[in-house]
Amino acid sequence: MRDVAVVSFAQSHYVRSDTQHNEVEILMPVISEAIERSGVPCKEIGFTVSGSCDYLAGQPFAFVNALDAVGAWPPIRESHVEMDGAWALYEAWVRLQCGDIDSALVYAFGKSSLGDVRDVMTLQLDPYCVAPLWPDSISVAALQARALLDAGRCTERDMAEVATRSRRDARSNPAAQLSGAADVDALLREPYVVSPLRRHDCPPISDGAAAIVLAAGDLARRVSKRPSWITGIDHRIEPHALGVRDLTQSPSTRLAADRAGAGRAPVDVAELHAPFTHQELILRDAIGLGDDVRINPSGGALAANAIMVAGLARIGEAASRIIGGDADRVLAHATSGPCLQQNLVCVMEAR
Amino acid sequence: MVISTPIRLEYTFTAGEAQTRFLRGLAEGKLVGQRCPACRKVYVPPRGACPTCAVPTEEAVQVADRGTVTTFCIVNIPFPGQAIKPPFVAASVLLDGADIAIFHLLQEVDVADARMGMRVEAVWVPRDELKASMESVRYFRPTGEPDAPYDSYKEHL
Repeated sequence: MRDVAVVSFAQSHYVRSDTQHNEVEILMPVISEAIERSGVPCKEIGFTVSGSCDYLAGQPFAFVNALDAVGAWPPIRESHVEMDGAWALYEAWVRLQCGDIDSALVYAFGKSSLGDVRDVMTLQLDPYCVAPLWPDSISVAALQARALLDAGRCTERDMAEVATRSRRDARSNPAAQLSGAADVDALLREPYVVSPLRRHDCPPISDGAAAIVLAAGDLARRVSKRPSWITGIDHRIEPHALGVRDLTQSPSTRLAADRAGAGRAPVDVAELHAPFTHQELILRDAIGLGDDVRINPSGGALAANAIMVAGLARIGEAASRIIGGDADRVLAHATSGPCLQQNLVCVMEAR
Repeated sequence: MVISTPIRLEYTFTAGEAQTRFLRGLAEGKLVGQRCPACRKVYVPPRGACPTCAVPTEEAVQVADRGTVTTFCIVNIPFPGQAIKPPFVAASVLLDGADIAIFHLLQEVDVADARMGMRVEAVWVPRDELKASMESVRYFRPTGEPDAPYDSYKEHL
């Protein structure tokens, strides 16, 4: 495999609802910052790929407009995935394995505020037997949390502790939308949104964007003092029908982590894309992360959850720990689909 | 068996800073674009970025409400919700001072006379009916000026 590294990461300040800027205006400064930090000249980027979802904007081909932010003339080699940007990064990584180009720009954007995101996400469910019942995204996640609680695998207190740790850590993340001190007992006195999930168990609704520049081999070594080398990346999917899955387990994460070589050596930091508190507990178990691993120092998706961006941001946040010299081996995870249906694991190391 | 499961989602559209200026301009009977600080091209409607140079565009530029037909089509087929009786002309109009054409209706012309290079002008709704919408321009119509030479718009096809 060809050596490929994350050499830069940038993201917007996530907000509940950015009524001033359209997607291009949110993206422009983020992409400029990522490219500038990478040291790779804009016009020398070999491949550009983005992740977003037209259902968020409610416009077909909304992603095409975003190309205004990347300077697509003269024509560039470009692609798009209707998925979280983490999967766009996977495509870029595969593309760089071809060997004819040395760099790629990956970006993701999502304005989750434009529609009722709980209903929008319903449309990713089986359109014949499930979606017509309109179970919203929080209700579907609550099914999973209930299964986990009933299996005796966690308590509501465990879940609240994930929320307090995330918010506390998010205080040092200037991009975070939700941060601060929170008391577990106080949180547990709050009413349920959808039992057994309380407000703190659910992600905020966020608008934002993120971008990463990947570079291969010598180019990465030339532009970065400490590239975040991708030593393993893999993604796996489970059946669409919720009824045929054991929602308390994440076999696809387990397999992806195994294929990405997560267990070959300890990791210092893991950035897990767990929009709901109980999902972090499932993921830690599936990957086999011990208590000594720092989980989501950025605050994770509980601190900012721009849909289609939050997974790519996990890779960017984890890579930043390597680039900044705070960690030597990190793991990033991204998820897509209801109840952790599809999962991607990316292991990165310093050299 | 046929099962009907209606889906309805409501969205709020964010015009953004650049398009907000454009829409507000329409409410005042003006067409306001933006100039790229790098290549100096003027985009109408503006999107806040130059798609060629990948830099933000900030300078507002008012362009003329007249221009040149760069290309057009004649709509002959009726479809549900059609506001105008076919046949009619839909044209790309390169406004004077702009570097990108806009789409609009061409009226007050026999469809057989529509042609590339034709000089046209905007017909606005009455002043008190102006609003922040492209509907403020009812349509374009020929000005009667001599056609623009092909070289003057060939870069904009």
